[in-house]
Amino acid sequence: MALGVEGVADDLRAVYAAEKTRSYEWRVSQLKALLKIATHHEKEILEALRSDLNKPEHEGFLHEISGVISACKLTLKELRRWMKPEKVKTSMTTYPSSAEIISEPLGVVLVISTWNYPFLLSVEPVIGAIAAGNAVLLKPSEVSPATSSMLSKLLGQYMDVSAVKVVEGGVLETTALLEQRWDKILYTGNSKVGRVVLAAAAKHLTPVILELGGKCPVMVDSTTNLTVTSRRIISGKWGCNSGQTCVSPDYIITTKEYASKLVDAISSELEKFYGKDPLHSNDLSKIVSSQHFDRVTKLLDDEKVSGKIVIGGQRDETSLKIAPTVILDAPNDSLIMNEEIFGPLLPIITVNKIEDGIGLINSKEKPLASYLFTNDKKLKEIFKRNISSGSMAINETTLQLAISTLPFGGVGESGMGSYHGKFSFDAFSHKKAVLERGFAGDIAARYPPYTSGKLKFLKALLSGDILGIIRALFGW
Amino acid sequence: MEGLEFGGASSRLIVLKKSFRSGKTRGIGWRKSQLRALLKLIAENESQIFDALEQDLGKHPVEAYRDEIGVVKKSADHALLHIKEWMAPKRGKLPLLFFPSRAQLLPEPLGTVLIFGSWNFPISLTLDPLIGAISAGNTVVVKPSELAPTCSSLLYRMIPLYLDTEAITIVEGGSDVAEQLLLHQWDKIFFTGSPRVGRMVMSAAAKHLTPVVLELGGKCPVILDSFTGSDLKVVVKRIAGGKWGPCAGQACIGVDYLLVQQKLAPLLIESLKRCIKRFYGDNVKNLQSFCRIVNKHHFDRVCNLLEEPGVAASIVYGGSVDKENLVIEPTILLDPPLDAQIMTEEIFGPLLPIITLDNIEDSIDFINDKPKPLVIYAFTNNEKFKEQIVQETSSGSVTFNDTMIQFICDSLPFGGVGQSGFGRYHGKFSFDTFSHEKAVLHRSFFPELEPRYPPWNDFKLEFIRLAYNLDYIGLLLLLLGLRKVTPR
Repeated sequence: MALGVEGVADDLRAVYAAEKTRSYEWRVSQLKALLKIATHHEKEILEALRSDLNKPEHEGFLHEISGVISACKLTLKELRRWMKPEKVKTSMTTYPSSAEIISEPLGVVLVISTWNYPFLLSVEPVIGAIAAGNAVLLKPSEVSPATSSMLSKLLGQYMDVSAVKVVEGGVLETTALLEQRWDKILYTGNSKVGRVVLAAAAKHLTPVILELGGKCPVMVDSTTNLTVTSRRIISGKWGCNSGQTCVSPDYIITTKEYASKLVDAISSELEKFYGKDPLHSNDLSKIVSSQHFDRVTKLLDDEKVSGKIVIGGQRDETSLKIAPTVILDAPNDSLIMNEEIFGPLLPIITVNKIEDGIGLINSKEKPLASYLFTNDKKLKEIFKRNISSGSMAINETTLQLAISTLPFGGVGESGMGSYHGKFSFDAFSHKKAVLERGFAGDIAARYPPYTSGKLKFLKALLSGDILGIIRALFGW
Repeated sequence: MEGLEFGGASSRLIVLKKSFRSGKTRGIGWRKSQLRALLKLIAENESQIFDALEQDLGKHPVEAYRDEIGVVKKSADHALLHIKEWMAPKRGKLPLLFFPSRAQLLPEPLGTVLIFGSWNFPISLTLDPLIGAISAGNTVVVKPSELAPTCSSLLYRMIPLYLDTEAITIVEGGSDVAEQLLLHQWDKIFFTGSPRVGRMVMSAAAKHLTPVVLELGGKCPVILDSFTGSDLKVVVKRIAGGKWGPCAGQACIGVDYLLVQQKLAPLLIESLKRCIKRFYGDNVKNLQSFCRIVNKHHFDRVCNLLEEPGVAASIVYGGSVDKENLVIEPTILLDPPLDAQIMTEEIFGPLLPIITLDNIEDSIDFINDKPKPLVIYAFTNNEKFKEQIVQETSSGSVTFNDTMIQFICDSLPFGGVGQSGFGRYHGKFSFDTFSHEKAVLHRSFFPELEPRYPPWNDFKLEFIRLAYNLDYIGLLLLLLGLRKVTPR
């Protein structure tokens, strides 16, 4: 069956081999084109996001469009500097020599994007791939069809389509693409498909970046500022695509005595943000599809869980909306405590001592992000040292992603590799080591016939032991 | 040789994971103690290591020191010197908008890692990655190659005597043991070997989402521009030293083939012949300072490369073998058929094909027609040509006017690209490869930026727009009510 994707990697490779994508000018022209798309088509982009996700315009602008604009501007500003070779020091052992590390493109890159931030998570990796001088193919997610179609149209209009292609489609198209040989693949999505991508890449020895997810925990202790904590949790949870975000707070851990205060504060702030009827608020995204709606409501309808709802719980199947919901002490073996929720349900687990939360978090897979709200300095150190996650924020949620000097990526089940800012440029580059040697001072000890005198010399040379070298040279 | 059933590997792993969780490998004290113990191991067992390398590969002690013991010592010393600064958190820059926040990059160990050693440098290619894993604070399982059995056995006996057995385990065995190990989940796998096995390792790792480093190989070419006089002598020595010096050509960064301008070939060949005789002698039964082929399988493989039609006829020096002792003498071929296996596969043996070209610049296209190698060597004084080589070819690394030596330069990353692998190590790159760099943002509770939160309105949108542009003046005007807000 001809899907129209056969041989596309080879086509891109031929264009890459003709060296067009290597020049600074080409990269800048493409980055400027992406910037133009983000700035001139704001309305169209926001409409697509509203259509796919019922995403509020402010969220669409704050998280997606602004993210792309910032990335484009930063890259345009810094690209020349990033492209420069990096000189490195050399030591006595290779004297005389000079060395540098040169960034070169990998060749042909495949970006497989996802549906929850379909504009940002498609374009930002493409920015990195282009900045590094690669040809690139983007496959947006079919679960967000309006954005996928918008991307195909706008990139087709503005970009150099011989080197920057968009292929729309689903599982069949993705499988056909994964059979081809790429020089790097960046996949954003879930760990099940992540395994499939990695296995396909293994056949061609293709390096991969996997941006996956996980259950991102939030620990809240009683020394914290409750109002600000609640607002930042709400903002990171329901203010981010109704919790359908890989770095959204998934669940909260707090002490038994503090829990009710926290629940009350969240309830009160929720009302300030979304009013008395959040289910019908225009400022909240819907669940992306009926399939995911069923998945999320199933977590809630579990009999171990349904009795523990303390806020919300309402849902509207026709509009695919679920109200912001908080559950208190769902059992540890319930589904909601074992799968990434990716929705507007927030379980709060209570512990006796706040430190017990560390063990609970570590009993699960390493998440993409972890969060702590506290004023206790010692607890901050314990948390940083004992919790491993892609990234971490103290007294904040999700904002670490907006900082271009911090890498964005996972560890363990939450993924491998990272990007954002210069990390994007590096992710799609090969760092080639270049060593230049002179002819002076050729060391006989390197060459046969081997003698014990040569052995002494080599020992001294490799240790950087100058006196030893002199002694050996004189045969002492 | 220890066989390892599923249960055996599982119980070892449990111990290692428990050790890691206990936090014992996190402190700089533990890491330094292990690095010092490793230095002690090689210092106190030097002659035994020399013997083992002689047994497994016929490696001369000078070569063994230069390529194996010396490398391990250098890496451990380097790590001890720098580990404190490597472990220190790095500060991330933050825009003013985020004041007063703090951003850090915290390196942390990945957990429990698996290292597969290789047979050609059975000591250094096993212990050098181990140094990286230890410096980064991980617990480790090491599996040396069974194709160098004396070295494997020596490491198996020595490592538990010097290193912390609750954190570092050594496992012996062949592909069946490797398969058992690959059934488990690791936090990283470091593999040195062939692309074929590399694919299998990565496929197995995919099931557990385990990140891997693959140090593979390729056909590492030498581009030889014109040289005269004393420089030519040095060039020839370095080429010979880079081909037959490391393990008789059985090295991932060893010279595979050579490209030279047609008219220079005769002089080159004569010079190489003289050099070979001086370095190694010319009696295949009595070659000095020269390794043998590791086993019969590889011996036959390399001999077979000479059997193809047209290849044997292109031999201009050497070609003799000592079947009993698995020795193939240094051999030079002039323009063998380009579609013969000797020119399409990594040779990994002491055969040096010399390919002649009309212009030396044609070497770039020649190299680009083949998969990206681990290293490209080029001997030239032409600055423009150097620039062209760097820009127009791709390889793990490029070395000008020498061979092999980039391996001991700790400030340069060592790794491949494309079919020669991915990931890198040496120096700080070893530490980084076995670490996770965790991004940490510290915020305070004040000031609070109201416009972050719903309910949304036009004022908040304008604020966010200005904030993203880092337009502080605009923000100030907006907050003072001196800036107009355009309704949507």
